[in-house]
Amino acid sequence: MTAAVLEPVDGAGTRDRVLDLAQRYGVYAALVVLIAVATAMNSDFMSVSNWRVQLFQVAPTVLVALGMALVIGTEGVDLSVGATIALAASIIPLYIGYGPAPAIVLALLLGAAAGLVGGAMVAFAGVQPIVATLSLMIGLRGLAELMNGAAAKPVEDPSILDLGEHGIAGVPVMAWIALAATGAVAYTVRRTTFGRQLVAIGDNKRASLLAGLPVRRVLVTVYVLSGILAALAGVLIVGHGAEADPANQGLNMELSAITAVVVGGTPLSGGRVRVLGTVAGAMFMQLASAVLIQHNVPTSTTQIVEAVLICLAVYVSRERGTR
Amino acid sequence: MPTRPDETDPSVPPEAGAPTGAPAALEAREVVKSFGGVHALRGADLLVRPGEVHALMGENGAGKSTLIKLLTGVYRPDDGVIALHGTERAFRTPLEAQAAGISTIYQEVNLVPMMSVARNLFLGREPRRRGLVDVRAMNRMSGEILERYGVRVDVTAPVHTLGLGARQMVALARAVRLDAKVVIMDEPTSSLEPREVQTLFGVIRTLREQGASVVFVSHRLDELYEICDRVTVLRDGRTVHTGAMAELPRTELVALMLGRALLAAHDGRVTAFAPDKAQRQAAPDDEALGELLPAARRKWGRGKDRDRQAGGPGGPGGPALSISGLTDRHRLRGVSLDVEPGEVVGLGGLLGAGRSETAQAVIGARPATGAVKVGGKEIRRRSPQAAVRAGIAMLAEDRKADGVIPGLSVRENIVLAALPRLSRAGIVSTARQDRIVEFFMTRLRIKASSPAQLVQDLSGGNQQKVLLARWMCLNPRVLLLDEPTRGIDVGAKAEVQTIIDQLAAEGIGVLLISSELDELIEGSDRVVVLHTGSVAARLDGDEVTAPNLMRALAGEGSDSGAEAGLEAGSEAGLEFLEPPQTAEEGAS
Repeated sequence: MTAAVLEPVDGAGTRDRVLDLAQRYGVYAALVVLIAVATAMNSDFMSVSNWRVQLFQVAPTVLVALGMALVIGTEGVDLSVGATIALAASIIPLYIGYGPAPAIVLALLLGAAAGLVGGAMVAFAGVQPIVATLSLMIGLRGLAELMNGAAAKPVEDPSILDLGEHGIAGVPVMAWIALAATGAVAYTVRRTTFGRQLVAIGDNKRASLLAGLPVRRVLVTVYVLSGILAALAGVLIVGHGAEADPANQGLNMELSAITAVVVGGTPLSGGRVRVLGTVAGAMFMQLASAVLIQHNVPTSTTQIVEAVLICLAVYVSRERGTR
Repeated sequence: MPTRPDETDPSVPPEAGAPTGAPAALEAREVVKSFGGVHALRGADLLVRPGEVHALMGENGAGKSTLIKLLTGVYRPDDGVIALHGTERAFRTPLEAQAAGISTIYQEVNLVPMMSVARNLFLGREPRRRGLVDVRAMNRMSGEILERYGVRVDVTAPVHTLGLGARQMVALARAVRLDAKVVIMDEPTSSLEPREVQTLFGVIRTLREQGASVVFVSHRLDELYEICDRVTVLRDGRTVHTGAMAELPRTELVALMLGRALLAAHDGRVTAFAPDKAQRQAAPDDEALGELLPAARRKWGRGKDRDRQAGGPGGPGGPALSISGLTDRHRLRGVSLDVEPGEVVGLGGLLGAGRSETAQAVIGARPATGAVKVGGKEIRRRSPQAAVRAGIAMLAEDRKADGVIPGLSVRENIVLAALPRLSRAGIVSTARQDRIVEFFMTRLRIKASSPAQLVQDLSGGNQQKVLLARWMCLNPRVLLLDEPTRGIDVGAKAEVQTIIDQLAAEGIGVLLISSELDELIEGSDRVVVLHTGSVAARLDGDEVTAPNLMRALAGEGSDSGAEAGLEAGSEAGLEFLEPPQTAEEGAS
C-alpha cells in the first residue's frame, strides 16, 4: 500500500557505494584475509594454544573498546579508561580480604564513579570530552598508585585468578565475558530507547535537545558505562597477571580502544556506533601485531605498520562528502 | 506550451538593453548531467542576456542546483554546451569560472567564522604593503565596501559575532566583485529581512545598470516579480519555459513548475489553506491514528473525543496554550497570547521581532521569565523535555541545525521524540514503531526509497514532512510551527499547508510563525503581530488583511486593525514591503 509512495529517490554513485561497503564490511574482510594469510604462512597460527593466547590478549581491549564506541558515538572520547583500569586493579588487593565478590563489585562501582565524574563534567559543566577525560586520566592513575603503592602487589585469590586464566569449553572466561558484553552493548544500541537517543545526540545534539531527549542523562550514562567496562577489564587483567600493578596496567589502553573503534568503522564525528565492527577492529589489530611479532618483525616496524592500518581505516570510515 | 529560448522565436521582440545579435552573456544549450544513472538534467537550456536579471525557477529536484553547478564549474556537463559571451567554455573548477567573470553566491554562507569581517572580505586577495598584509587599508576598504551594501559593522570583529543577515551581506560583498559580468545568486534572500532584501535589490540594480547579468534563484515569488526581467522554468531536468517575467502570471508560473494544476481549487489564492476556516477537515484516517496512539488520545482528547471532553474555547480546560508576560534579556518584552484548541494563530513580525524567540522560550529552549500554561496548567520548570511531556511540540525554523538527525533513517527520525512511549522497560517495540512510521509516511506522502533511507538524502520538503511526522506521532496538544514552509518546493508547501489545516481540524492548537503574508492571512484564524519583542497588534477574523498586517509589522498599529489611517499606514515607512498582488484577493 505504500508502494506508490516508496519510489526510489536517489542513486548513490558507484564510488560512494564502494566506500560505503568498505566502511560497513571492510574490517571483517580485512580480518578474514589476515587470518588466511597468517595461516598460510604459519600452520601454528590456527592452533588452539595460539588462539587462547590471542583471546586472553584481546578480551580486555574489547571490553574497553565497547565503552569507547558508545562514548565516540556521542561525539565524545574517553581518555580515562586506562587509568580506570589501574584504579580498579588497585582496589582488588586492598579489599580482597572481604572476599572476591565485594572486591570486584567495589572495583566496578569505582569505575562507574569515575565515569560519573567525567560524564558530569561533559554533560553539566560543558567541558570538552577530551579535556574532561584527560584530567581524569592523569588524576585517576595518581589515585591508583596512591592506594596501591608504586610496586606491584600479588593477588592470589583463586576466584579472581580463575577469571583471568580459566576456560569454559576451551575458551577463556575472559573471552566469554567479552562476548556477553558485546551482545549486551549491541542490543542496547539497536533496540533500546537509550541506544537510539545516544546515536541521535551524537549526530545532532541540538536537534535532539529540541526533540525533548534527555541529553544530559544520556551523556552521563554513556561515560558511566565506559567506566564500568574499563573497571571490568581491570579486574580481568589483574586475574590474568595475578598481580595489581597500577603503574603499568592499562597503559595506553585508551589508544588501543580508540584504534579498535575507528578500525571497526565508527566515525569519530559521532552519530553511529558499530559494535561488531569494534570487536572485529580489536581482533584485527591484535592479530596483526601478533602475526608480525611471530615472524620476528621488530617492534618498531610493527608500530609503523599499525599506524598505516589506522590511517587506512580512518580514510575508509571518514564521512562521505555530500554530493 | 513549452517555448524555446526566444532568440529563435521571431514573435518575441528584442528587449531594451539586449540588441539582437549580441551574444548572450551566459548560455547553456541542451546540457545533460546524470549522477549514477539518475538524470538531474536531460537537455536544459538557459540564455541570459547582458544587463538583465534572470529568474531561474523550478521545484526542488527540477535541476536548478545542478545547472548552477555546471555554470560555475563545480560539475562538468555530460553533454551540451556552456558559453560565456558567445564563446564556448568548459570550466574545470569553480576558480576558473570565477576568473572568467562568474561570481556565485550560495544560500549557505561560506565565511571563516573566527576571522574578522575585513579578513573574510579580502580572503585570498589581501592588499599588501612591502609583502605584508596592509591591515589598515584592508579595514578602511572593507568599511567602504560594506557601506555600499548598507551594512555598518565593526570590520575588525570576528564574523561569528554578526547576525545572520549581516553575515549574508558580507558573503555577498565578498562574492560580487564590481567588475563581475555574471552573478549567480542561489536563494540569497532566504535569511535576509525585508530591508536587507531591498539593499540586495539595490546592489542587483546597480549591477544591471553596469551591464552585468544576474541569475536569481528564489522561492519567494514576490521577489522574483519585483526584480527579475526574464524567467526560465525548469521541470524534471528540462527547460519548459523562457520569457519575460512580467508576461507570466503567477498561477501559470506555478503550474509550469508543478506541471499540474495543483492550486486550481484555490482560485485567486496562493496557498493551499482552506478558504473558509469552518471547512477545515480532519484527515480521513484520523480515527486510525487514534487507534495507533490510544494512550495520548485519551489523555488530551482530540477530534471527536475533544467535543465530549473539556477542550473547546472557554471550556473548563482553558486555552490549549496560554503565554503571559514572556520576557528575556534581549529579544522578548512581555509577550502574551492564547491559542485555543482547533485554532491556527498566526504569529507575524519582522526578523528580530521575537517570533522564533517566543516559540523557543515557550518550549524552554531559551531562558525567559513569564508563564506558559497548557490546558490551564502551568509548566513550572521549562525545558524541551517538559514541553514534550506537557504536549507542546515545536517545529524549528532551522531544519538542518535544529531539526533532522541527518545520519539516521527516516524511521528513526520520525519516532525520535516518541521513543519513550513506544518502549517498555527501555526497549523499543519495533512492531509499534513500524506501524506508526508506515502510517505517517503514507499520510504525509513522504517520498523515500524505504523507511531505512537516511534523512540527509531526502529533499527539503520531505525532510520537513518527516519532522512534522515526528511531532504528530506525539499527538501534541499544541504545535508551534516556525516557518514550516520555508525553503521547500511549491508542491510540498501546499501539502504542508493542507496538513496544518487538518491538524487544526483535529483539535490541535497551532501557532503558525511565517514571514509570508499570504500564509498568515490565508492560514490563520487570528494573527498576533510582534514588534521588537512585544505584541504590536492582534488581528481577528476580518481584520486580518494585508494593509493591517503590514502596518502592525512596522510597529505602527497600537491596537487591532483600526480603519483610520489605514491607507497612510500601508505606505509610511514600508517601501520595503510591497503588498503581494494576491494578498488583496485573499483578504477580501
